[in-house]
Amino acid sequence: MAYQVSTRTRASSVAAIVAVAVVALLIVAPAFASRGLIQDLFFILTMLVLAQFWNLLAGYGGLVSVGQQAFVGFGAYALFGAVILWGLDPVPAVLAAGVAALVLAFPTAFFAFRLAGAYFAIGTWVIAEVTRLSVAQWKAVGGGTGTSLPRSATRDMWFVDAIKALFDVKTSAARDILAYWLALALAVATIGGIYWLLRTKRGLALAAVRDNIEAARSVGVDAGRMKWVVFLVSAFGTGLAGGLIYMQKARISPDAAFSVVDWTAYVIFIVVIGGIGTIEGPILGVLVFFVLQSVLADYGSWYLMLLGLIGIGVMLFAPRGLWGLISERSGLQLFPVRRRLIGPGTQANTKGG
Amino acid sequence: MSILALQNVSKSFGSLKVTDGVSFEVPEGQALGIIGPNGAGKSTLFNLITGNLFSDAGTIRFLGRDVTRVPAMTRCLNGIGRSFQIPQPFEKLTVFENLVVAAAFGQDAREAEVHGFCAEVLDETGLIGRANEPAGGLSLLERKRLELARAMATRPKLLLLDEIAGGLTDAECGALIATIGEIHGQGTTIIWIEHVLHALTAVVERLLVLDFGRVIGIGDPAEIMESREVKEIYLGIEV
Repeated sequence: MAYQVSTRTRASSVAAIVAVAVVALLIVAPAFASRGLIQDLFFILTMLVLAQFWNLLAGYGGLVSVGQQAFVGFGAYALFGAVILWGLDPVPAVLAAGVAALVLAFPTAFFAFRLAGAYFAIGTWVIAEVTRLSVAQWKAVGGGTGTSLPRSATRDMWFVDAIKALFDVKTSAARDILAYWLALALAVATIGGIYWLLRTKRGLALAAVRDNIEAARSVGVDAGRMKWVVFLVSAFGTGLAGGLIYMQKARISPDAAFSVVDWTAYVIFIVVIGGIGTIEGPILGVLVFFVLQSVLADYGSWYLMLLGLIGIGVMLFAPRGLWGLISERSGLQLFPVRRRLIGPGTQANTKGG
Repeated sequence: MSILALQNVSKSFGSLKVTDGVSFEVPEGQALGIIGPNGAGKSTLFNLITGNLFSDAGTIRFLGRDVTRVPAMTRCLNGIGRSFQIPQPFEKLTVFENLVVAAAFGQDAREAEVHGFCAEVLDETGLIGRANEPAGGLSLLERKRLELARAMATRPKLLLLDEIAGGLTDAECGALIATIGEIHGQGTTIIWIEHVLHALTAVVERLLVLDFGRVIGIGDPAEIMESREVKEIYLGIEV
């Protein structure tokens, strides 16, 4: 055939090799990394998952939600409920966290999809607050003050004995390693899954709906269904991450689990400074965020103000984020989704954007 | 058989009646032109036919089926393709991707199956050199071409063109007429709203005049252009 379509770039082939190497390194990291480093990596990976899903919602789906803490908190509480009330092991209970968030996403979407733009954002926030207040009434999991996972459940968790034997570590360290591996698996599955989605024709439809919903409908795209799919998938993933985060913490309270600052504001910061609407952006963003947090952790509220200032600065001078700046200058795309037409009459090379 | 039949279709925005009891039929394979002064309700009529707006009263039948309450997406899948008066490209997608999404969803086909077809359409509409550019970076002329190309990518049985020749030079307009004539020659039914009358009359077999939301004339283009109402209302000539 005269025409060919390709998404691959030279950088993406190199990136694929580097990605495999990085993931392999991260898998074996518990063998040599300190417990502190494993905990830091766990934090980075879970924030990365939250950021990727928020980016899918806002950057690709055009759904700017500030209520994702609803799914973190509800998922986390579902995990605690499943462990405390049903005696489920915390590891499979992570899956229950995702399912619970998915269930919550149905009524949330039903209400929030009646709203558009800023009203959608406020609506999701209100729903998250309502969920927090409702969960705080749930006495069996500690009501407003919260609760801890029972010692018996955390001690006998799946795989913990095997990890203890493998690395010759204490139970608490083995639990961290387990949580870290699960977070790594979730992050890899999230990035891989989103990248796969964006390369299918549904990914194109998603971008079309984001760019112009009326025109998308007029070329046969079911815009309503695309929004539902993105919202439900994001809720499920966010719930899984929420369950995992609180499985590792082993202690929960409504104010912490439904924190808009921790689970949505930071996540938006990560996506915005990294570069919204790209897979690379949140990866870069979470690393910048982690460095800032480590450097500035001792400065109390100055830290939050500085984060805010950096966020504003990036929005003003690099509206497409740090990754946008890099890819604009260099044409670099590590996860290319753009379909390039190659054949008679087309330009051989175009810079990616 | 008529591919499209409107019966007493009405639409109001508040107290303003923009479509007022419109009835007409389009036989399969015909090219119908729609003219009328600004604000006559031409684009609204298109939006009612495509399902981007729903009518308040009346029925719209497409291929014999009542589609009055059928959403835009389904009407596209049934075979109604359109261009927008103000181009509405998917700005962050490339020109090629704009067509791929239209072809893959509009024809309900797998993506790989439509790549070659999209390249052909780009070639026919003179956009092949811009295939890999983000659509947001196109000039007005290119955006208008993209509107046409994207509508064609859905392989419509009925193609609705909304002021696609406005603002073009004579040469560009000639090329556009040739392209649309070719699409029409392949058997596609066309309804074309246009202010550039010589472009319209070069292609269409029938002309409909709309004023204040009402059909005030429909028939042979030459006769319609000579009729008193058209000269009075549309061309602003006192007779």
